[in-house]
Amino acid sequence: MSQLQEKPSVTQIWEWLEAVPDPEIPVISLVDLGIIRDIKWNDDTLTVAVTPTYSGCPATSIINLDIETALRDHGIEKLQLKRQLSPAWTTDWLSDKGRAKLEEYGIAPPQPAGGPERCPNCHSNNVTKVSQFGSTPCKAHWRCQDCLEPFDYFKCI
Amino acid sequence: MTRDEAFLQFLLRMGDNTLILGHRVSEWCGHSPVLEEDIALANTALDLIGQTQFWLGLAGEVQGDGKSADDIAFLRDVWDFRNLLLVEVPNGDFGRTLMRQFLFDAWHSIQLGHLMKSSDERVAAIAEKASKEVAYHLERSADTVVGLGDGTEESHRRMQESLDYLWPYVGEMFQSDEVDAEMVAAGIAPDPASLRDDYDALITRILADATLTIPDSRFGHKGGRTGKMHTEHLGHLLTQMQWLQRAYPGSNW
Repeated sequence: MSQLQEKPSVTQIWEWLEAVPDPEIPVISLVDLGIIRDIKWNDDTLTVAVTPTYSGCPATSIINLDIETALRDHGIEKLQLKRQLSPAWTTDWLSDKGRAKLEEYGIAPPQPAGGPERCPNCHSNNVTKVSQFGSTPCKAHWRCQDCLEPFDYFKCI
Repeated sequence: MTRDEAFLQFLLRMGDNTLILGHRVSEWCGHSPVLEEDIALANTALDLIGQTQFWLGLAGEVQGDGKSADDIAFLRDVWDFRNLLLVEVPNGDFGRTLMRQFLFDAWHSIQLGHLMKSSDERVAAIAEKASKEVAYHLERSADTVVGLGDGTEESHRRMQESLDYLWPYVGEMFQSDEVDAEMVAAGIAPDPASLRDDYDALITRILADATLTIPDSRFGHKGGRTGKMHTEHLGHLLTQMQWLQRAYPGSNW
């Protein structure tokens, strides 16, 4: 069997996945989120290693489906998705672009100090924690004491 | 008992703990005292069920009969479960639920810390993932136990009653048997008894902050992790958790 068409390069595939949004926070891509760990060709089969954000995150199966749909749409036929648990996902893998987009969207990006640096709405530093957990496994619930708006904080793990 | 048989038992113990506790905690969904606590409990349950998929998924792999994590969770009966009795006791009030969570989280975090160094890299990878979530659970349950223990007269009384009620279920976490001996020999998991000192140091500190008194008794109920004698509560829990797969075998959506 001869294959006339060249396989798309790994760089090209990273670019395609860069355009796939996170199903729960659609302003950032799966690549921004840092959950695509590896992309490689084994002969004519493409292997994509994906790591879960949280063990029970219900978005995980949707994410796999979205990756598969995007790559099939670009003509990838033989595709293998691999779950990679180690090294465990950390918010350090969020891209700078992703962090900026999160804040713009109204979600305070993760900070090593364990709490948001400032309110994503009015940028005040006068913020308090409402709950360690929030609307999705990856977020906690905070409130700004100046503009009084509640907001999500992306937990630092 | 071969090493694989012991390994399977060990994985069922890990996965059944997170499955049964995850189910118990999820029973609070829509019933918590305030919305934030409702969300927090649901998120904790979600983490635990997620970890269950890893442990029971690996159990299915080791067993080699082609069973999935779902098959193992939904198609076994009471005597096949290997969870600690602590996690199957009913929730009681919000205080008792959080006390049980704290007593379990403290053990869970220490256990996962050891498992991250497991000779089996699949176990080490699950432990590495789970330990991040469990550190967060422990921070919250410890804070809540301190807040309620050192709270009002009523919340203090309820937390002390919870501790008195749950204390006899703590000892089972540190009982060792031939399964554990095999896991220690293989370098897969630590001897449960060896975790007791770290555990006691941790809970003594937090419970002192909570102004609560640890009962002066080492009596412990047992029979959960060996499957020899579960409480009557587990059967009731399973009828609810498993009814759909029992009534409509193999159904999915």
